[in-house]
Amino acid sequence: MVDASTRQKLFGTPETNFLNCSKGWKSWAFTLDHKRIGIMYLIGVTVALFLAGVFALVLRSHLFTFDSKMLSDDMYNQMFTLHGAVMVFSFIIPSIPAALGNIVLPMMLGAKDVAFPRMNLASFYLWIIGTGCLLAAILSGKGLDTGWTFYTPYSIDTNTGVIYATFGAFILGFSSIFTGLNFLVTVNTMRAKNQGWFKLPLFVWSLYATAIIQVLATPVLGITLLMLIAEKTLHIGIFDPKYGGDPVLFQHFFWFYSHPAVYIMILPAMGVISELISVYSQKRIFGYSFIAFSSVAIALLGFLVWGHHMFTSGQSLVVTLIFSAITFTVAIPSAVKVFNWLATLYKGSILLNTPMCYALSFIFLFGIGGLTGLFLGALSTDIHLHDTYFVVAHFHFVMVGGTLTALLGGVFHWWPKIWGRMYNDFLGRVGCFLVFSGFNLTFFPQFVMGSRGMPRRYASYDPEFQIFHQLSTVGAFVLGLGILLSFVVLVYSALRGPRCSSNPFRAASLEWQSSSPPDFHNFIHTPVLTDPYDFESQVYDEELDTYIPREFANPAKVAPRKEPVHN
Amino acid sequence: MAVADSHDTHDDHHDLYDHGEFIAHHFDSAEQQFDSGKLGIWLFLVTEILFFSGLFVAYTLYRTNHPEVFEQAHVFLNKYLGGLNTIVLLFSSLTMALGVRAAQLGRNKNCSIYILITMVCATMFLGVKAVEYSHKWDMGILVRSAFNLTYTHPTPTTEIGKALHISDYLVYLCVVPALLLAGFLVASVISKLIDKGTLAKFMIAMAITVSGYFLGVCIGIIFMNATEGETGSTHASVIAEQPLMLMASTQDDHAEDDHDDGHDHDDHDKAAADSNHEGEHADHEEHFGAHPADGGEASFDAHHPDPSTLSRDVGIFFSIYYCMTGLHAIHIIAGIIALAWLYWRSLLGHWRTDYFGPVDYVGLYWHLVDLIWIYLFPLLYLID
Repeated sequence: MVDASTRQKLFGTPETNFLNCSKGWKSWAFTLDHKRIGIMYLIGVTVALFLAGVFALVLRSHLFTFDSKMLSDDMYNQMFTLHGAVMVFSFIIPSIPAALGNIVLPMMLGAKDVAFPRMNLASFYLWIIGTGCLLAAILSGKGLDTGWTFYTPYSIDTNTGVIYATFGAFILGFSSIFTGLNFLVTVNTMRAKNQGWFKLPLFVWSLYATAIIQVLATPVLGITLLMLIAEKTLHIGIFDPKYGGDPVLFQHFFWFYSHPAVYIMILPAMGVISELISVYSQKRIFGYSFIAFSSVAIALLGFLVWGHHMFTSGQSLVVTLIFSAITFTVAIPSAVKVFNWLATLYKGSILLNTPMCYALSFIFLFGIGGLTGLFLGALSTDIHLHDTYFVVAHFHFVMVGGTLTALLGGVFHWWPKIWGRMYNDFLGRVGCFLVFSGFNLTFFPQFVMGSRGMPRRYASYDPEFQIFHQLSTVGAFVLGLGILLSFVVLVYSALRGPRCSSNPFRAASLEWQSSSPPDFHNFIHTPVLTDPYDFESQVYDEELDTYIPREFANPAKVAPRKEPVHN
Repeated sequence: MAVADSHDTHDDHHDLYDHGEFIAHHFDSAEQQFDSGKLGIWLFLVTEILFFSGLFVAYTLYRTNHPEVFEQAHVFLNKYLGGLNTIVLLFSSLTMALGVRAAQLGRNKNCSIYILITMVCATMFLGVKAVEYSHKWDMGILVRSAFNLTYTHPTPTTEIGKALHISDYLVYLCVVPALLLAGFLVASVISKLIDKGTLAKFMIAMAITVSGYFLGVCIGIIFMNATEGETGSTHASVIAEQPLMLMASTQDDHAEDDHDDGHDHDDHDKAAADSNHEGEHADHEEHFGAHPADGGEASFDAHHPDPSTLSRDVGIFFSIYYCMTGLHAIHIIAGIIALAWLYWRSLLGHWRTDYFGPVDYVGLYWHLVDLIWIYLFPLLYLID
């Protein structure tokens, strides 16, 4: 039993919070607070997104006509390489785990911070150094033209800044390992009292699965890139055929990391979607344990399919068949998730606000991205589709249609929690519409031209493909506009938006029991452990205009539960 | 009840730092902190194993595909020096384990002594490794592209090298440790003068640690002379009679192959590679004429094969060897830094029966570094 003044104290808007508890640049640069580090990461990945986005728009503009002279062929090669490398290593991989996850994960566990706050800060600074090295390839005037995959032997022979870029990716790998290791330990040792594994929000499960991949796969990339640097400087003869080395070995090593890395990119996004779908349907997530274990299954299967990037590189037929078969099995846990989300929506009271619009876009786009993956996993069609725009469209549907969409949805979902201010929902939905339609306009035509034989990474093309390229270019600008609009909406709301309460959406996971913005120590009180998908555990409080845990509410004003407590 | 609890914790949360000197604010208990650290270090060790795994895979593939390269190449590694280093590292693991035990019992003084012995073993290991590396560099046993086996030991040009009859490379490898040693000695004198007892002790310990390197170098040279002596004496005499032993026909072919390749690749490496091979040609022609083909004579036993009989890819073995042992050496150096930090904290008397986590964690890391060597030694040195 709590009186109104205590309720005000626990769930009202506090005077001090993690944003204003200390001031000055040093309080940010040397902070060990996971929320501030998360915000710095969010700013960092946004810069990377804009940079790589500009590269993308430049190369899409170049492709507007089939005989364009806007970029030289060399410049074109450098442009798509930098677009890919910055997007993958500096943006997508850290985006959801290191930015959103950092802010939300400890709070979902009712913890004060991650297990190793100093390592968390080190991870951010390694991210800055790594991204700096990646960009040093441009600033040194050499550029980078290997594609983001650094395939040997070309990467050994080219005179562009491969060493800067690979060293940058090596450092970024350590940044990613630090985040993953931190999350694994945090989830294992810092859960709230009595918070068992099956009372964790699914976002935590997906971050945990992601962290497993980060810890197991990234070191292999590290040693591979070091060997590539040694090959390029000392000519050790491991990858270089001139000295008896095996260039295909590099592809094996590279994809042993980089295929699991695909799941580093998509699993956290799936976790975000599980949260959004459930909260904005106000309905218990359907098949909790199936979604949770499918994350782990995807993480583990992800280690066994790297060879499907190399169907045409020369590997034995038996191995190829096995890789193809295992590739198909990844579709099962992915489909389990999609069906469970759809079942959660069924008969839910759906609120079509901005985050939910992004979540629904995700399901649609990820569905297409995932299903076209099966075309590429099938041996015979892959021979035809390999290295065409079909592949480009496929992985953009998963990476952009999946991860970027989920990132935007997640940012909108947790934005009021982070800043204590509400965004303009109408403009947010307009942004979502632009992103969704622009995205489809960009990449759907690429499926068509890819299946008709338009190869990827070419600076010029047959005139018959021009109409598809033009649609694609227009779409890219619409997509860019949508992202820009969302950015403006978010920044404006963080500075000027109307104040919002601690739990405006009636979410039940623990982070919503903190004030908005949260206290420096996350919670003023020890949060009451609730099932993250039992929305009836939260009841409306008129005085505060927010949802608070049933235990804190005035019993006279609380309606009884409609359904019994699950345990 | 939940509500009542929450108020209690709320009132507590400003005195978080009271619940233990070394417990970080975000942990509830010493136990939680220790468990987190322990899980963290184990996960870190997993990443370390996977980091080395790439090299182990490369090793396995090349050994499977080119077994002859490994058979021919391993004879150049001195298994006595490798064995010596194995013993040194195993002993350091023992002292590390004793150090962990001492920390668990809160015996800071014992702990500091064990850690110091561990550090000395670590630097000794590096000293022996320096002897091995410099010996190979002298003979032209380098990575694949620069591999140029000659058996000649170039006359030292540095003053120290001349005075001590040691390789120039070994002298270079001793420069940084010598500077460190001097630095630590000066630092210990200064800190003694300004009366910082603990700091002076620390600096002296660091100086002892670095001198372990020179101990390792000395022992390494003695071992090297003793073990290479049996075959090496004939080897040395052969070299005395026939300076520059024969760049033989395979190497010659291969040089030409590379010229052919070179035309296709117009990069800057070509120039370097070509000039290198031209050098080989010159050597070859000059000395081949002077000493007609008598390279296969009996004095070239299994431990000193004629370069002409070696596979052209024998350098790949040494590429892998240098990558693996070099990466391992970097881990040893990182370990020494971590151990120095532990030594400092032991001097400050930080370890208690309820707080010894860092010693435990670094101990686990040290055992892993040791374990990796336990794999490297047979894989590289003991092939037969």
